[in-house]
Amino acid sequence: MQTYSITAPSITAPHRTAGPTTTTIEVARRTVRKFVRSPQLAVVGTIQGAMFLLIFRYVFGGAIDTGGIPYVDFLVPGFVLTSVLFSGSSAASGVAEDLEAGFIDRLRSLPIPRTSVMAGRALADTITGTWGLAITTAIGFLVGFRLHASALDGLAAFGLCIVAAYAFSWVFIYIGLMAGTAQAAQGISLLVFPFTFVSSAFVPVSSMPGWMQPFAEHQPITVMVNAVRSLVLGSGAAQHLPHPTGYYVVGTLLWGAAISAVFGVLSVLRYRKG
Amino acid sequence: MTPLVEAHGLTKCYKQVRALDGLDLVADNGHVVALLGPNGAGKTTFVRSVATLLRPDDGSLHVAGVDALKQPQEVRRLIGLAGQYAAVEPTMTGRENLDMIARLFGLGARSARANTDVVLERMGLVEAADRRVKTYSGGMRRKLDLGASLVGAPKLLLLDEPTTGLDPRSRIELWETIRDLVSTGTDVLLTTQYLDEADQLAEQIVIIDHGRVIANGTPDELKTSAGQDVVEIHARDGHSLGALASALAQLGNSEPRVDEGTRRLAIAVDAGPERLTDAVRIVAGLGVEIDDVALRRPTLDEVFLALTGASPNGASDGETA
Repeated sequence: MQTYSITAPSITAPHRTAGPTTTTIEVARRTVRKFVRSPQLAVVGTIQGAMFLLIFRYVFGGAIDTGGIPYVDFLVPGFVLTSVLFSGSSAASGVAEDLEAGFIDRLRSLPIPRTSVMAGRALADTITGTWGLAITTAIGFLVGFRLHASALDGLAAFGLCIVAAYAFSWVFIYIGLMAGTAQAAQGISLLVFPFTFVSSAFVPVSSMPGWMQPFAEHQPITVMVNAVRSLVLGSGAAQHLPHPTGYYVVGTLLWGAAISAVFGVLSVLRYRKG
Repeated sequence: MTPLVEAHGLTKCYKQVRALDGLDLVADNGHVVALLGPNGAGKTTFVRSVATLLRPDDGSLHVAGVDALKQPQEVRRLIGLAGQYAAVEPTMTGRENLDMIARLFGLGARSARANTDVVLERMGLVEAADRRVKTYSGGMRRKLDLGASLVGAPKLLLLDEPTTGLDPRSRIELWETIRDLVSTGTDVLLTTQYLDEADQLAEQIVIIDHGRVIANGTPDELKTSAGQDVVEIHARDGHSLGALASALAQLGNSEPRVDEGTRRLAIAVDAGPERLTDAVRIVAGLGVEIDDVALRRPTLDEVFLALTGASPNGASDGETA
């Protein structure tokens, strides 16, 4: 039996295969690098976000009755949380691009843990998503949002937004794997819009038609938005929400776990199948 | 010695198309094996099976003795794949791309760095190493991609149409690089639609059509297996080609092939020297002016034609490759 001297003597053959940690980090680092080095993506995303926030704040805001809470304070928690859904389409098209360009094929041909490839992607999307959340939050403060609770509550709310970013990153990874092309992935990502808008993110659920309210009230985005709002608005929010803060926070964590579990498993299965 | 790749009765169907139709193939190690065939012949499906990217429906497949269907993860430790696209990240530098793949092959940080340096050197990319790949030419990207498949010191390199889409100069450069690799002892299995590429690079050529192996041997064996020499006549005047063709048809065992553009006529013959003499006599009898007449070995193009009844290029019939 020959050893690795079959190949050029100057190229060292590995003695072991890459473990889950190395794989996750290497895959994540590539995606984050790509994001950081394509500033046009981040800039366009930021400008789009700011534009929508300004439109809601100043154009629609005057017509929306949020019962005593200034609209900007009502809007910004919902806007920040749903920003993870807006930025998701670029994550989905990124995955589809990697498929089209043969990068996923190369990863599949390597002796690496397949779950870790997907985990690396989700980690990267969560990191870039967190950056987006930070920018959106900063713009929120610029247009007049004020925290009505402790800084700790504010941080907890931000943490829940990161949980949402992580959970939905799996949805967009799955869309990217299924879509076939980057363009299709982007298109399919828009199908989350009913969840984005038929929620408490931009208007109170009570202003919607009766048949729509049960869905709007219980779907995950509303639960997550209410958790964030409940944390950052302190007692001001309590009178508007049918449940206490703890209910929404636990709901957010459960929804986050459920969404990432379902779409995580689907994505890994899809990736393995090839 | 265990063959590098051994496939028996390999079958893979996509809805309507049998991409692999009971393919049998033994590829020996120690040299370059080229899979040659038109679009849709099943080359890519076969390479993807060897690379464990897809699972055949039926048959057996061993890579260096390892069962690719039962132990795909073991096979992945043996192979390096460069697909039809340059799967390198444009926003990263050449060095970063190689380093990432080296780490994923399981190398520690130091060995990954060392291998990256060696591969950059061997691919002639040292000067461009710290530039982002988006500034690279198509040929440089392909070289980097080839380097990435190599950086983990695999036993077997799988190259799927490595030069498709490259300009002629980049193609020749990439051939040089592949030849260098081979001289250092790496085994290569490559697919190509180009006969000259297989002829240039491979010691073993496997011709595939409709998911089956239709011929397998060295370039010389294949040329001989078509069994014939070729008498080629270069007419001075294109109008005389028709008369030449009908007069010379009796010499060959198939119709002469006429290329109006180059005013050339080729006839596959047995017993070349005698038929050449006959051909000269017939041409003289016709009183047709010619520029040249020659006896030569068939090109792989003609071998392909003899074996499949169709020309390899332009034989695309819309099947999945």
